[in-house]
Amino acid sequence: MNRFLLPLGIFIVLVVFLAIGLNRDPREVPSPLVGKPAPAFELPQLHKTEATFSPKDMQGKVWLLNVWASWCVSCRQEHPLLVELAKSGLVPIYGLNYKDQRADALKWLQQFGDPYALSIVDAEGRVGIDYGVYGVPETYVIDKAGVIRFKQIGPVTQGALDKTILPLVKELQK
Amino acid sequence: MRRLLFALSCLAAFNLGHAREAAPVAQDEAVEKRMVVISEELRCLVCQNESLAASRADLAQDLRREIREQIGQGKSDQQILDFMVGRYGDFVRYRPPLKGTTLFLWFGPFLLLVAGVAALVIYLRRRGRRVVEAGLSAEEQQKVDALLKQGAEDNKS
Repeated sequence: MNRFLLPLGIFIVLVVFLAIGLNRDPREVPSPLVGKPAPAFELPQLHKTEATFSPKDMQGKVWLLNVWASWCVSCRQEHPLLVELAKSGLVPIYGLNYKDQRADALKWLQQFGDPYALSIVDAEGRVGIDYGVYGVPETYVIDKAGVIRFKQIGPVTQGALDKTILPLVKELQK
Repeated sequence: MRRLLFALSCLAAFNLGHAREAAPVAQDEAVEKRMVVISEELRCLVCQNESLAASRADLAQDLRREIREQIGQGKSDQQILDFMVGRYGDFVRYRPPLKGTTLFLWFGPFLLLVAGVAALVIYLRRRGRRVVEAGLSAEEQQKVDALLKQGAEDNKS
């Protein structure tokens, strides 16, 4: 009896490790930018091309920065949620139009609705690199002091909104 | 005929010019070589089993461009690696730095090895204690003596 106990124990430990390991999403790489100031930039706006936008403009406000593109399929998945969130007025959403064509982007917003207070154009993806973007869509929660507090990699889901993003936003807005 | 030849050579010249224009940004071979060395150390986050040097993903191309530009600005390899780690985390490095959070990653395998060797040693010692040396009976001892004697004689002859 005793001689089976040790292999069984090792087997169980192995199963536990594998169960934890296999249930984690390897695509979700924790961002080193969480807890750090949002990288500065100044980019032209999508609608008013002559005007620019910079994270400095948002000092004192809690806001979301959502990286999107018209070529991004999973952006369509999260888009209705963003439109609804924008309607609720809980938190302003700013869009970073990542490596896109202006005409395509405008058409996309017309077709699916525009939840963004405004969108900015990162045609070459340079600001994307500064923000550590590697899979569109990505969403950043940025606090009043301009510090990134949370990064959602991949589409925003109702679960992520209810459990993480909105409670965090409310906490930060206090 | 002469006209046709002229037209063809014009076309060829145009094509040559065209091909040169479409060449990748590899004007500077030294920069390109350094870029490849650095990007082989880095993981492409879009296709995680490929290095930044091997990947054809859009982001990988952008990041290679970034590395090229930073080399152009005279940054050191370490500075460029730090730039990438600052944005994408230690995960982008195939050889993550040795620090608190990566201690287990670096030394875990050796821990397992030591544990395995220790287990083996303990097991062998225990088994060694259980195995009792079997003595020879009188009859077997006689047989052995006879065989040894015979062997000695065989050797002499």
